[in-house]
Amino acid sequence: MAHAATRPRAPREIQRLIPYALFILFIAPNIALLVLFTYRPLVESVRLSFYDWDLISPQKTWVGFENYTDYFSDPTSRYIIRNTLVFTAATVGATMAIGLGLALLLNLQLRARNLARTVLFAPYVLGGAAIGIIWLFIFDPRFGLVSALLDRLGIPSPNWYNDPNWAMPMVIIVYTWKNLGYATVIYLAGLQTIPKDLYEAARVDGAGAWSRFWHVTLPQLSPMTFFLLVTTMLSSMQAFDIISVMTAGGPLDATKTMVYQVYEEAFVRFRVGDASTVATVLFFILLGATLLQVRFLERRVNYG
Amino acid sequence: MTTSELSLPVRTRRLAAARSLLPLRAIPAYLLLLLAVVIIVLPLTWMLTASLKTRQEIYTLPVSWVPETFRWQNYRQAWTAVPFERFFINSVVTTIAGSGLELINGVLTAYALVFLPFPKKNLIFLFVIAALMVPFQVTIIPNYVLVADLGWVNTYQGIVIPGAAVAFGAFLMRQQFLSLPREVIEAARIDGAGHLRMLWSIVLPMSRPALVTFALISIVAKWNDYLWPLLVTNNDQHMTLPVGLTQLQHSEGSSEWGVVMAGAVMVITPVLAVFLWAQRHIVQGLTAGSVKG
Repeated sequence: MAHAATRPRAPREIQRLIPYALFILFIAPNIALLVLFTYRPLVESVRLSFYDWDLISPQKTWVGFENYTDYFSDPTSRYIIRNTLVFTAATVGATMAIGLGLALLLNLQLRARNLARTVLFAPYVLGGAAIGIIWLFIFDPRFGLVSALLDRLGIPSPNWYNDPNWAMPMVIIVYTWKNLGYATVIYLAGLQTIPKDLYEAARVDGAGAWSRFWHVTLPQLSPMTFFLLVTTMLSSMQAFDIISVMTAGGPLDATKTMVYQVYEEAFVRFRVGDASTVATVLFFILLGATLLQVRFLERRVNYG
Repeated sequence: MTTSELSLPVRTRRLAAARSLLPLRAIPAYLLLLLAVVIIVLPLTWMLTASLKTRQEIYTLPVSWVPETFRWQNYRQAWTAVPFERFFINSVVTTIAGSGLELINGVLTAYALVFLPFPKKNLIFLFVIAALMVPFQVTIIPNYVLVADLGWVNTYQGIVIPGAAVAFGAFLMRQQFLSLPREVIEAARIDGAGHLRMLWSIVLPMSRPALVTFALISIVAKWNDYLWPLLVTNNDQHMTLPVGLTQLQHSEGSSEWGVVMAGAVMVITPVLAVFLWAQRHIVQGLTAGSVKG
């Protein structure tokens, strides 16, 4: 103390400021990158949606709301929004329902359940592009695994990737296959936090297995259900790799989702204004859906 | 834990134990679980066997489950039909550089937010994690334009730098740093440890498991990244494996599925190996946030 007191005043002031300077030094690169590559593009994307531009020429033409009026009056965009919602609803529903079922199985005292958990989670870490290519061969209408299995059952294989009716179910199956393990592991973690005496109490009250599931398990899992609903919805609405590799949005736009449309309009057709319009609409749909979920669903979540 | 277990009547515990071992009642559960495992494993097995089949065998009905002879030639062909070695090096370089930058950025951001003083730190934290709400796909066009203006198309920095901003990783490390015991940090501070020394020799060593988790999920994400490398590379020189694999599929097409499958095996094996080796850490990291909110 006495030693410190003898020090001249100015350096102590500087000493006191060092941690603040360090804070800026530590955090500045990340803040700069976030501004440059996340927040700026968000604003820029909205701005570009009011222009006509081909990505290359120096000249951008201001068109006001024309891209938006075009977008909302075009039946194709409505079809693509519908595709996006179908894909999202189907993959989110299937992933969560099957994931919950598998978590319940893994929560039983079965042998080899850790091995099973590892296997079920594995596809989640594999790249979407590679997964898509593997499944392209699996769905080969004549020489693929699926047709081989269907043959055994005497069912002729549909022409998966050339038939507009079957292409969407195909990408939904593949996407669900890849993400199943994620929901399983989250639900399993939730199941393991449920206190055993809740089940005992329900049993004493004479509740059967179904009623215990309905009145104890599901309410106790509501934080996981809420979390999964938000995260899987966000990722399903942004799915790109599998669709791009397997169908490129086809056949006849049957699997074209909004994200694929953004990519195609900008980088294949060079219509940046239209692409940015879709991107902006997509952003507000995602933001709105998330806020709605937080507003109306989180209230019903039981954070124990 | 122990007290509550002890307080349970002995009979109930025995019953529970007996129930878990009773095989008859568990048979349907085992069968369902087996079915799920088969559905996950079969497509991967199919890829593996096809990667070793001759072209003729692939196009013969009924399909064969085990290759007649192992045709390792498919792997060599996949390696040379497209510049696979180049893609491999590119993937390794961009994954290491990208994950390294993410790690440094995430750790420094979290350290600043937890241990360094600054006004309105909560707002700054909010600014960092609000980035999670911005879908990556919405940012691709302006980011591509910027990268192109910088002349970074077909460069490593073009692939790596836009992905170096960290939101989730900073969140993960902040949670970890907040959970460190206060006494240790205070003791180090009283000993006169500066912030750099504290970060390097106290905070980081104590956070090893969380760091490993962060590193692993970052590595997996960078290795698998498809859309961004697809946009910013259009020649073989800097193309990464996932994009290169689709190129292999286009060049070999539907005529040489064996070769394409061999390529797929080579792309997913590294990630699968990392996952099997460190699955506990990876699962923990990817599911973080669900339980704690």
